[in-house]
Amino acid sequence: MEFARTGARPPRGRAVPAALALGAVLFAAGCVPGTDGSGAAGARTGVATAVPDPATAGKVTLTVWDQEIRGGTNGEIQQLNREFEKKYPNVRIKRVARSFTDLKTTLKLAVSGNNPPDVIQANQGYPDMVAFVRAGLLTPLDDYAGIYDWNTRYPATLLGLNRVSADGRDFGRGRLYGISQTGEYIGLYYNKDVLRKAGLKPPRTWGEFTDGLARLKDRGELPIQFGNLDKYPAIHTFGVLQDQLGAAGARDTVLGRGDGFDNAATKNAAATLADWAKRGYLPGGANGLGYDDAAKQFASGDGAYLLTGTWQLTDLKKPMGDKLGIMPPPPAKAGAAPVTTGGQGLAWSITSRSRHPEVAAAYLDFLTDAHAADVMTRHGVLPAVPARAADRVSPDTADGQMVAGWKRLSAADGLVPYLDYSTPSFYDTLSAALQGVISGKTSPDAFAATLQKDYGAFMKKRREQHTSAGTE
Amino acid sequence: MKITALTRAYRRRAPGEPRAIGYLYIAPALAVYAVFLLYPFGQSVWLSFVHWDGLSVATPAGLDNYRALFADPALRAPFRHALLLLVFYSALPVAIGLLLAAVMSRVRVRGMTFFRTVLFLPQVLALIVVGVAWRSILAPDGLLNDALRAVGLGGLARPWLGDYTWALPAVGVVGTWVGTGLCMVLFLAGAQRIPRELYEAARMDGAGPLREFLAVTLPGLRPQIAVALTLTIVAGLRNFDLIYITTSGGPGNATSVPAYEVYHRAFETNQVGSAAAVGVALTALIFVLTVTVSRLVEGRRA
Repeated sequence: MEFARTGARPPRGRAVPAALALGAVLFAAGCVPGTDGSGAAGARTGVATAVPDPATAGKVTLTVWDQEIRGGTNGEIQQLNREFEKKYPNVRIKRVARSFTDLKTTLKLAVSGNNPPDVIQANQGYPDMVAFVRAGLLTPLDDYAGIYDWNTRYPATLLGLNRVSADGRDFGRGRLYGISQTGEYIGLYYNKDVLRKAGLKPPRTWGEFTDGLARLKDRGELPIQFGNLDKYPAIHTFGVLQDQLGAAGARDTVLGRGDGFDNAATKNAAATLADWAKRGYLPGGANGLGYDDAAKQFASGDGAYLLTGTWQLTDLKKPMGDKLGIMPPPPAKAGAAPVTTGGQGLAWSITSRSRHPEVAAAYLDFLTDAHAADVMTRHGVLPAVPARAADRVSPDTADGQMVAGWKRLSAADGLVPYLDYSTPSFYDTLSAALQGVISGKTSPDAFAATLQKDYGAFMKKRREQHTSAGTE
Repeated sequence: MKITALTRAYRRRAPGEPRAIGYLYIAPALAVYAVFLLYPFGQSVWLSFVHWDGLSVATPAGLDNYRALFADPALRAPFRHALLLLVFYSALPVAIGLLLAAVMSRVRVRGMTFFRTVLFLPQVLALIVVGVAWRSILAPDGLLNDALRAVGLGGLARPWLGDYTWALPAVGVVGTWVGTGLCMVLFLAGAQRIPRELYEAARMDGAGPLREFLAVTLPGLRPQIAVALTLTIVAGLRNFDLIYITTSGGPGNATSVPAYEVYHRAFETNQVGSAAAVGVALTALIFVLTVTVSRLVEGRRA
């Protein structure tokens, strides 16, 4: 332990002023990081007029960064990549696959670097896709959408979520910057055994569903399995509740043209969630239980229902087999159109400095066409636009139920985008506030006020930007 | 003769002369330090004076980012949590380490090496592993709640990491568990260096265990206490992995800490300038605390 007495002092003493000085020098020199979007490659947009033919592009290496590392999606992408390389032997695909979080933290540096990937998966919403567009890092795909008929292939709601306004400020409208492969929605998973033992059938209406919760509780069963330690799961649960009370309003609000969150639907949905927690319809320590742990407990028979995304299906199906059922949250009246929170997988986008945008566009089309949809179905993945293979899945299986639910939702335009798309900071605001609601610490009124404060401030800022842009 | 001239030339100088040659010796280390530490730190300082989303062009912010550290409750809270956590990450490990070291050096414990190893084990584990393990221990149906229910204290059981009041102390206890072993081993090593005669003299004078501890052991361990405090304070304030794994700053923002806030702002909410300001402020705080420790506890002058 000699160094304690005689060792050198940490050299920070001099390092701090030196570093401060360096910072001051850099600052004074006026070097400002970032790009102003002038590299937006406007020259390249609007030139595509015919279907690109990658076969004539010469030797091409297409670098692709994606986050499809889970079982089903990983297999499906691997197969499609192999097939694309086989179809165009001159194209080699260099795939970099990372988890969602890892991709999110490294993608920004990669696309703004000197040698960006050609194709990336960009997360919809303000923090990622809109920020990329504002910095001019993505290529608009409207021309390709025309050439490849993406506009008719996809429901307008889904395509809209991949749109950003030309000035890079608004989300949900404007130019198309990406195209998604998979669909997803928050579904009501149920355990057939637990329901049967309680004398219940899968609910046909929202009323049947909520009435059944009390009955399950009386029988000593946990009505709804739910873990919210990871903060985000409650966004999905709350979204489903809010959609029941006002889906159209919620969708408008997310897309920046609604009345916001200071309304009855928001407060009543929060009150319902708090009530569920208080009555014990949700597990006691929901805020302390992990999302994956909750899913595991549901799979092992603890809990009659689980409200979560279709991405969980593959993992739940394995241990539960025929016991598992899934449906969109039941509508108010039997047979009516369902509504739920949902959307699509991350968007596949082309970077503005890609040297092979045409090959990349052909690749995007290949990943999302009818053949790709069939490959996805075979891998147990829900394609955004199901094709023939989806019709052959038995409607009695959970997979079949999932596809049928998706088709009904798409046909009825019943999808409401994830609420955290609303503002750049909404994920934080909403997830933190919902933990308060579940613990009984935050009242529904205070909850609505918190959301509205964030939303209102962002809308005000946006209006000011629009006004100043208009007067310029 | 050339050789004698050479030796004579060297003999004329005192050893270590010329003084400037010292810089040559530290040059390689300094170069690495400058490239990988000073330069990035300078960049952070510079970024803390701009508003930047990480992609589009940055705009000068002046002192805005630093003003927000004091004005914005969402930024004040992480620093308050970090200081509170220091009780668990630094004060408690040092106190418990001292107690253990005093007991272990006084009483001959059978299987001493075994206990020492077990207590030091958390230091060897990656913090990620520690976080995952404790997350399951503190879960609603985890080991801790099961144990409480088994002994009839079920009323105390709660979702520790999801409870607004208890999440911060729960994460703190994990830090105590990690830090105690290091402190104890430091103090045991230090205690062996205290001359036996001092203990004998103290006993001759009729000092009891407490008196002996206060008069002999504690002053003798002063340098070790300073080291332990410095290491645990730095580790405690830099603490990111444990929070990231166990609570992600939740419930609400009850366990957010500055290091987590840096990551969150830089990578998740595109507030790079603000993240840099938090980082710089954290560095300054660590610096001030460690200097204070080395002056007060160790009695060293700068």
